Amino acid sequence: MILLLSIILFPAAAAAAAYAIRDNRLRRLLWGMTAGSHLVLSIVAVMQPVSMPLGHWIGLDSLSAIFLVLTSLLFLGAAIYGIGYVAREPVTPQLHSEDGSFFENEPESVFTGGILLLLATMSLAILSRHLALQWVAIEATTLASAPLIYYHQSRRSLEAAWKYLMLCSVGIALALLGIFFMSMTRQGGPRDLTLTALLEQAGTLNHKWLGTAFIFMLVGYGTKMGLAPMHTWLPDAHSEAPSPVSALLSGALLNCAFLGILRVQQVCAAAGMAAFGGDLLILFGLLSMGVAGVFILRQADYKRMLAYSSVEHMGILALGVGLGGMGLFGSLLHTVNHSIVKAMLFLTAGNILSGFRTKDTMRIQGICDALPITGALWIAGFLAVTGSPPFGTFVSEFTILRSILDQGRWITAALYVIFLLLAFVGMSAIVLRMALGRSGMKRIREPLTAVLSPLVFAVLALVLGVYLPGPLLDRLQDAAQLLGGAGK
Amino acid sequence: MNVISVLLILSCLFLLGSSRLHVAIRVVAVQGILLGLLPVIRSIGDIPLGIWVLGLSTIVSKGVLLPWLMSVCVRNSGIRREVEPFIGFGSSLLYGTGLLALAVWITARLQLSPGEAPLVLLTSSFFAILVGLFLMVTRRKAITQSLAYLVMENGVYSVGVSLSLEFPLIVELGILLDVFVGVFLMGNLLFHLDHEFEHLDADKLTELSDVSNSAVLRGEGHS
Repeated sequence: MILLLSIILFPAAAAAAAYAIRDNRLRRLLWGMTAGSHLVLSIVAVMQPVSMPLGHWIGLDSLSAIFLVLTSLLFLGAAIYGIGYVAREPVTPQLHSEDGSFFENEPESVFTGGILLLLATMSLAILSRHLALQWVAIEATTLASAPLIYYHQSRRSLEAAWKYLMLCSVGIALALLGIFFMSMTRQGGPRDLTLTALLEQAGTLNHKWLGTAFIFMLVGYGTKMGLAPMHTWLPDAHSEAPSPVSALLSGALLNCAFLGILRVQQVCAAAGMAAFGGDLLILFGLLSMGVAGVFILRQADYKRMLAYSSVEHMGILALGVGLGGMGLFGSLLHTVNHSIVKAMLFLTAGNILSGFRTKDTMRIQGICDALPITGALWIAGFLAVTGSPPFGTFVSEFTILRSILDQGRWITAALYVIFLLLAFVGMSAIVLRMALGRSGMKRIREPLTAVLSPLVFAVLALVLGVYLPGPLLDRLQDAAQLLGGAGK
Repeated sequence: MNVISVLLILSCLFLLGSSRLHVAIRVVAVQGILLGLLPVIRSIGDIPLGIWVLGLSTIVSKGVLLPWLMSVCVRNSGIRREVEPFIGFGSSLLYGTGLLALAVWITARLQLSPGEAPLVLLTSSFFAILVGLFLMVTRRKAITQSLAYLVMENGVYSVGVSLSLEFPLIVELGILLDVFVGVFLMGNLLFHLDHEFEHLDADKLTELSDVSNSAVLRGEGHS
């Protein structure tokens, strides 16, 4: 119990300390140490038998175990990258590469404190097993991350932060309404909103209220997860945020909202309403993939391109869960693959941005020439994110496709393949032109902190394509079973 | 309780028809105080300590602190009124009656018996949510939009009260804290918006879009 609490409270305490510490080096050390020890704590917690202290309010099952370790791993990668990043950022006002205005960064203590607070709130969102507590945590992640998006304090990042805060807050307010309806599902008895209680009494839940609750929570958390058509804030926020933050937003934070949806679907499945939620998830999933595919085509800003690719992959996740059965396993595996690959791509994009000082794809050529490691990572990341073999994404996307075909949903299958191809074509045109050719620049030195994390993530993405470690496989299958799938 | 419901409906109608920001902020403050009173009035007889704590913190945060923050924003920016909304004030009122009918319809659809939930309060709560959403999409000023968010959040909160959901106190306070910090951050960004854009028109926030973006990038040429 103390272990689980410390996973939440330790980064929160570190965040408070980060606001207070004056010395930059000491604060960066604290950031790195917190990230490292959080990963150690998470792995230790996952290894232990299932426990649910505090009256089943927080706890760890196979599903949250996957999300916890994944989030922690990504945070460590982003921290290693980010420590170097903030150290290289100038403290004086600088010229904006896009609109030519001057801007000055937020104080580093605010930034570091915010990012540690984000880790604490994400941990709470993952570990909480009380639906209303989870809502509080997910809304808190929005609040912790809005100042991070505004790190550069330029007009563009201000606009992005404003839209992010407004749209996500409104969306999440709808999810709260859904949670109210969820507690109406248990008429008569005590209205306990812990998952344990809801799952135990799943058979007696009122289906009318449960359906209403599901719709509101899907729309609410779907906004935060970036499902179309509620995704409009996402490309702005994820492209204007500093790159280590973008990596966390796309790789870790979207997952937290996804977990919120998974929990409702878990209750629905236990109550025998898996198909009701499933159809809605498939609809939103396909819509997200389609919208993202269209906007990736001829995208002029490569960070926006990555952001739209996140929308696409969130669509794939929703689709997989909606299918049920083998799709659930595929979707959970894809969560792991996508997070790792997308974090790697955003960190790589950060290197490109600092080398070429522009986000315009047309003004960049010859990354491989000027930044050899970054260039190689950029191409590898493109292949991985579009689901090419031998990367892990290929396995998970293929699993979902097989699940669609098994169910005989031919139209869904056709759309799925078309949208995947659309994203592949769109990204290949942009990425390859940027990577190849001559840059006309001298070779730029690539600091170790800037390439270490993306390199490790790239290796991980590759390994997951050929070999699934036993403990991960067990948890994935177990988690798919929790959600009502076959788990094979 | 019916008095509070009626006051809630009236305050929402007032917000739809008013252009002066100072007055609108005060109306939202009154709403916050009404909401703080709700759980206290709702529990008949012995009122547990938790309800007092919740009611009091609602009044302090939604009735006093946030409105104060908003009026500081208004004073700093020198904006007095909402101008040229996408839907005029008169027709907004007309839409308002439509929204009220919609709220009645939603409440009826839920098929609750009067014993389960006070239906008038439930109707006015749904009305507040709808008005909040309506204001958010039809008004130009960023300040009005954050006020609209607060109105909507008030509606969600009173839906919870009227369904007499008793979440554990710590969760209730967590929800309140989230809303408070959220609006506080919005107010904070408002200062920067005012400074950077020299206006608070949220509809002019269009630098980030897929259509104009490429044009701007090309136009800049070389830096």
